[in-house]
Amino acid sequence: MVWENFNSIDDVKHIEQEYDIVVVGGGTAGPMAAIKAKEKNPALNILLLDKANVKRSGAISMGMDGLNNAVIPGHATPEQYTKEITIANDGIVNQAAVYAYAKNSFATIEQLDRWGVKFEKDETGDYAVKKVHHMGSYVLPMPEGHDIKKVLYRQLKRAKISITNRIVSTRLLTDDEGAVNGVLGFDCRTADFHVIRAKAVILCCGAAGRLGLPASGYLMGTYENPTNAGDGYAMAYHAGAELANLECFQINPLIKDYNGPACAYVTGPLGGYTANNKGERFIECDYWSGQMMWEFYQELEGGNGPVFLKLDHLAEETIQNIETILHSNERPSRGQFHANRGTDYREKMVEMHISEIGFCSGHSASGVWVNEHAETSVKGLYSAGDMAAVPHNYMLGAFTYGWFAGVNAADYVAERVHSDLNAEQVANEKQRVYAPLLREQGLPPAQVEYKLRRFVNDYLQPPKVTKKMEIGLERFAMIEQDIEQIKANNPHELMRAMEVSVIRDCAEMAARASLFRKESRWGLYHYRVDYPKRNDNEWFYHCHLKKDAHGNMVSFKRAVEPYLIHLNAQEEIAYQGLRLKVANS
Amino acid sequence: MAQQQQSIFFRSNAPVTVDEEKCTAHKGCTVCVEVCPMDLLAIHPETNKAFMQFDECWYCMPCETDCPTGAVKVEIPYLLR
Repeated sequence: MVWENFNSIDDVKHIEQEYDIVVVGGGTAGPMAAIKAKEKNPALNILLLDKANVKRSGAISMGMDGLNNAVIPGHATPEQYTKEITIANDGIVNQAAVYAYAKNSFATIEQLDRWGVKFEKDETGDYAVKKVHHMGSYVLPMPEGHDIKKVLYRQLKRAKISITNRIVSTRLLTDDEGAVNGVLGFDCRTADFHVIRAKAVILCCGAAGRLGLPASGYLMGTYENPTNAGDGYAMAYHAGAELANLECFQINPLIKDYNGPACAYVTGPLGGYTANNKGERFIECDYWSGQMMWEFYQELEGGNGPVFLKLDHLAEETIQNIETILHSNERPSRGQFHANRGTDYREKMVEMHISEIGFCSGHSASGVWVNEHAETSVKGLYSAGDMAAVPHNYMLGAFTYGWFAGVNAADYVAERVHSDLNAEQVANEKQRVYAPLLREQGLPPAQVEYKLRRFVNDYLQPPKVTKKMEIGLERFAMIEQDIEQIKANNPHELMRAMEVSVIRDCAEMAARASLFRKESRWGLYHYRVDYPKRNDNEWFYHCHLKKDAHGNMVSFKRAVEPYLIHLNAQEEIAYQGLRLKVANS
Repeated sequence: MAQQQQSIFFRSNAPVTVDEEKCTAHKGCTVCVEVCPMDLLAIHPETNKAFMQFDECWYCMPCETDCPTGAVKVEIPYLLR
């Protein structure tokens, strides 16, 4: 049965709008980009589009319990931070991009502080920075970080940013010179089709968080907010943008089944730590890196497994403090989960597991390539946040690069006029988007998604095996055909159907990027069984991926930019010996 | 006549439930519907109260936290409980 409200594509309501800048995604980077663009040039018309509702969208919908990468004078320097991330990411970084973040990190904190975001301070009023990383101190707790979205929303209203919620953006439009000149999407409640002309677009769509299937088998039990299906990665790819180091997957250590962070960053400075089944530490440093995940994976699968978060040795007062922070921020249903299972931090260690795979530069390095101005390789297209390839950028990096994107896009559009839309691009996309709604019968989106993501686990999850990934590509090609058979019963299911196609695109990118880099790097993130060694001679490069002029997915090497901050030989290997010596014996 | 495609609808236990006595959707409140990142809640056309329409819950809590009358309750989805 065709959805009751229309029988043919001619019944679709067609809404055309025009803005100077469209920001896609109202989570973390997006609001900052919109506000800073407007501050830069108050005459600009700026639209913030969100698939959900800006009030509670994105990775920080329920707040955040701390900053993971605060570079605060007196505690850390931009040079030291750049060095730390270079080493944590096995040398493959554009230091200019990391350094630009580091130099502006403190200005972003001060901006958020002025807006009313609360950070932990000591008795002298100084920021209470903690050490979690291997070398420097960059962790700043936010015990009252639960209202960060409210603070952002207030600033969006004050800046008079236009907001449209519940729009699923599906493709970017490009003009004759290849510059981005619009966004296409549809309303997930009414199915109205939106054509939005823009002089520049800023993509802030978050991670590709629905790539792998969580070990629980529950589709939406993902680490990332499942709204972040990878839409930004797919839109950037189809617009011709280069994506960088996608094979550096996101894999995180999480609370088993609940699949939220165990938050060793919060508990570490208070005395908690990651332990094996004997309650012993096995890693020196809980900071999430490929090498840390490698040791985590070894312990999980070995005789000392599984892995736990150990808090049961802490004082009552400390545990109450931990409960207050962890059960009211970021993933507040955590307390309920533990209560259901009878897990009391005082008595039991918390069982941990590893997450499904995903793309996320906020945590690893897999993203749409951007330079230190938040420009992608496509003219008029900017990106920031988890989807933009600035390694280990986290929430504060999303805000900082959102700021860069807003200011630079505002400057860019000052010189631009709207270019003509390509009618064929619009018509083709309209056909593609509405096909599942107009089909009489067909496959349910959730079943196709389940099968696709199970294949992702079967064939792409590290340890990576060449033949498995090749079979994976065959399976993803078959899913492409299944997508042609999906039937959506209503606009909500149409949103899920479009997400399946996004996830499929990301799965193919993940397989091809992983096959291209014929070495192992980043610990577990890119461990290739048939190329088990790191090979700097042949692979000390960024690996980029894009859609070429013939529509093919191609991979190629890009030289690593000359370092601005040099490392000495001892620093280079600092993240390679994370396993505690005593646990080795 | 040849075989026709047929759909079967799977049953699911909704993790988000609403106390209809406390819910003020009939007076125009749509807070929980607006804040759900996954767009899973709706106002029922017959009861005029909020309810969970789609089972794709991330147990993230804005619907419960932001409800002005405490009518919404989020349970961890059964598969993860």
